Amino acid sequence: MSLLVLDEIACRRGGRLLFEELSLTLGPGEAALVTGPNGSGKTSLIRLVAGLLRPAAGVVERGGAALADEHLALDERQRLIDALGFWVRDAQAGMEAMGLAAFADVPVRMLSAGQRQRAALARVIAGQAPLWLLDEPANGLDADGLGRLAAAMAGHRAGGGAILAASHQPLGLEGAKPVALG
Amino acid sequence: MTALVLRELRQAAAGGAALLPVVFFLLVATIFPFAVGPDGPLLARAGGGALWMAALLAALLPVDRLVAPDRASGVLDQLALKGISEENVALAKLLGHWLAFGPPLMLAAVPAAALMKLPKEGLIRLEIGLLIGTPGLAALTLGVAALTAGLRRSGALAGLLMLPLAVPLLIFGASFVERGNEAGALQLLGAVSLLLVAGAPFAAGAAIRAGRD
Repeated sequence: MSLLVLDEIACRRGGRLLFEELSLTLGPGEAALVTGPNGSGKTSLIRLVAGLLRPAAGVVERGGAALADEHLALDERQRLIDALGFWVRDAQAGMEAMGLAAFADVPVRMLSAGQRQRAALARVIAGQAPLWLLDEPANGLDADGLGRLAAAMAGHRAGGGAILAASHQPLGLEGAKPVALG
Repeated sequence: MTALVLRELRQAAAGGAALLPVVFFLLVATIFPFAVGPDGPLLARAGGGALWMAALLAALLPVDRLVAPDRASGVLDQLALKGISEENVALAKLLGHWLAFGPPLMLAAVPAAALMKLPKEGLIRLEIGLLIGTPGLAALTLGVAALTAGLRRSGALAGLLMLPLAVPLLIFGASFVERGNEAGALQLLGAVSLLLVAGAPFAAGAAIRAGRD
């Protein structure tokens, strides 16, 4: 059983062909790390898999997925726990996994860049989707945050989940399939 | 779906955003007699049309906060990932927006009608017309908000797009206040409003999807 199947997909943005004939299969416990220079289509690939962009060619098949990208998508005025609670049932678990438990009552707009990144990851962790789509998940994270991210990803894979991540930095995804763009 | 509608209501309540159209509506009703003069019968005759005009302009005010912030912050993307279709998101936004816009406007119409020296039957007809017409106005606002969400300085363009489409609501709404239902104005108002309400979620949903490219 595969959690993600990409069959010969191509992506065209603004008239420019970013990549083509890209195939990838992710089963339970597997991960793929997308690398490539700026503008090579890493974010487009993640959005394409998320279903937010349509491929110029090829087929994307996937089950339930959770996305963490540059957009936080939390209501700025709300307390962190309420803002996360709008999206996931167990916001507390996600916040504890990313070390945010002490900030549960802080309004989202008061959070620092690193804390916002942690909050985006907390939503994915608490979301219980089998496939995680992570676009530059290490952005703005300190050493503690990176450690927590690596632990959460390892736990997710051990529990039969799959991960597709795009990053410039090493994420500690052991045995991840390399996807080089550009 | 309920959570989405509640979220829309929360967004409308935040920072008094929902009050703005109501205050604007009352302001127009206050200023209009200054322009026309204190001639009671004249005010009463023009009042229904002026109040419908005010309601239409008030409906324009929330156009930049309905869809654009959710698009920019990624909320629309995350909803799509949860498997909620763009049409359902638009429907929830329509419901939430009308609840925050229609009933407060109908309340504000009571003092506004008094300022216009509308007779009692005029006020009742205005309220019935607003009850039927404000969902159509809310639907128009939502559709235009979704169409212009990705554009900078979309406010003026939104006005240009929306006001012509609202002309039927204005004609039948104002005519019902002035002359009652002798020409079937209420049925026509209802038909136009229904058409807008039924079409807006699909138009807005398609606009949200197209806005991602």
